[in-house]
Amino acid sequence: MRSHLADFEVVRPTSLEEALAFASTQARKPGGVTPLAGATDLFVPFNAGQLAPTTLLDLHRIPELTQAPRWDGDLYRLHALNTFTDCRRDSLVGERLPLLVAAARELGALQIQNRATWAGNIANASPAADGVPALLAYEACVELASVRGRRRVPLEAYFTGYKQSVRAADELIVAIDVKVPGPGARHFFRKVGTRRMQAISKVVAAGVLERDAAGVVTRATLALGSVAPVTVRARHVEAVLVGRRIDDATVEEAARAVHEDIAPIDDIRSTRVYRSRIAERLVRVFAATVTV
Amino acid sequence: MKLELEVNGRAALVETHPAKRLLDVLREECGLTGTKEGCGEGECGACTVLLDGQPVMSCLVPACQAEGRRVTTIEGLTLNGELHPMQQAFATEGGAQCGICTPGMILAAVAWARDRSSAADVGEALAGNLCRCTGYTRIFSAVAAALDRSRVAGEGERQ
Repeated sequence: MRSHLADFEVVRPTSLEEALAFASTQARKPGGVTPLAGATDLFVPFNAGQLAPTTLLDLHRIPELTQAPRWDGDLYRLHALNTFTDCRRDSLVGERLPLLVAAARELGALQIQNRATWAGNIANASPAADGVPALLAYEACVELASVRGRRRVPLEAYFTGYKQSVRAADELIVAIDVKVPGPGARHFFRKVGTRRMQAISKVVAAGVLERDAAGVVTRATLALGSVAPVTVRARHVEAVLVGRRIDDATVEEAARAVHEDIAPIDDIRSTRVYRSRIAERLVRVFAATVTV
Repeated sequence: MKLELEVNGRAALVETHPAKRLLDVLREECGLTGTKEGCGEGECGACTVLLDGQPVMSCLVPACQAEGRRVTTIEGLTLNGELHPMQQAFATEGGAQCGICTPGMILAAVAWARDRSSAADVGEALAGNLCRCTGYTRIFSAVAAALDRSRVAGEGERQ
């Protein structure tokens, strides 16, 4: 443990109003306010002495944020403190939003899934996040709150750059809304890493494909992680697929289109070339065999 | 802060910094050194303890988030000086070598034995626990042996 505990104040509000008021007054002070959810990301640099001194805003005593996920028709609402385990254990999520369960199962290991939150996975804004592609494939919406009010942001518009987002310093993620795709939709998730669990992705993909009775694609969403500064929607791939039947020519064209959507780099986990080839391969698998 | 929590079935009250790691609170304030630090970054699982019965990496748990909760460490598995069936199985099957990963490995295995729906198989249940000595064959056989014995003895639910 290389941080000096004395450099970190911890504030533990018991209501959302109290938390937002505190964030509002402290946001501009040196070090600012850092929301503390499951701590599975934040405590890694903290333990290594690489987290700049800040005030940690512990969210665990705020009832609005700790309440269980809620179903409202075909809308699933995750609250800020809901964990990956919460999703894994809800059989309705497995049936209706299987990508959330698929992503949750391969994120970290059980010890991480029991503590890590969906909101934290978004707030950390890492391009290698495993939960984010699944949420993006379902076109999830993030609800932000501050003393200035609430606003809803489509997750696709949330990330503005590497570890950057539209969340202002005085805002908290309070909920994430996920809509169930139409019946008959095919769901696809694939994580490529050094090992199955406790691995940070080299490439991670999640997608949904809907087709009409004639087999024509009516809706396609595909999200890719670890291949750009932010988790991206593969809009060029989607545009190739929508309105067409899946045949060999369509699959080929979609696979080539992915290079318009990604900007992979060489880093400690993989290379630009490998990531490009795998992204292309994942598009082929998505288009041809769409299944979780 | 004054931190009240339950450790191994007993109420504990300690004075600590709210961001101190649960791992350090257990080892330093509570004197329970059975919980080991491996990597200190949530990768290796050596520091696994049960928080309200669920396995967690105690190096990634701020002390304040354990307030009012139930913590089980390796010391809490023995009952009246007798080893837990999972501990006994690790000893009998040779599921330990240097021993650093063993407390976390056993706690993760006990959590899975109590709730088999939490993971599809022993590989997934122990995926968060790394061992650099033995390989995993004997560890997995120890877990299988404990599950068999518990079924025979009917003590799968023992704390």
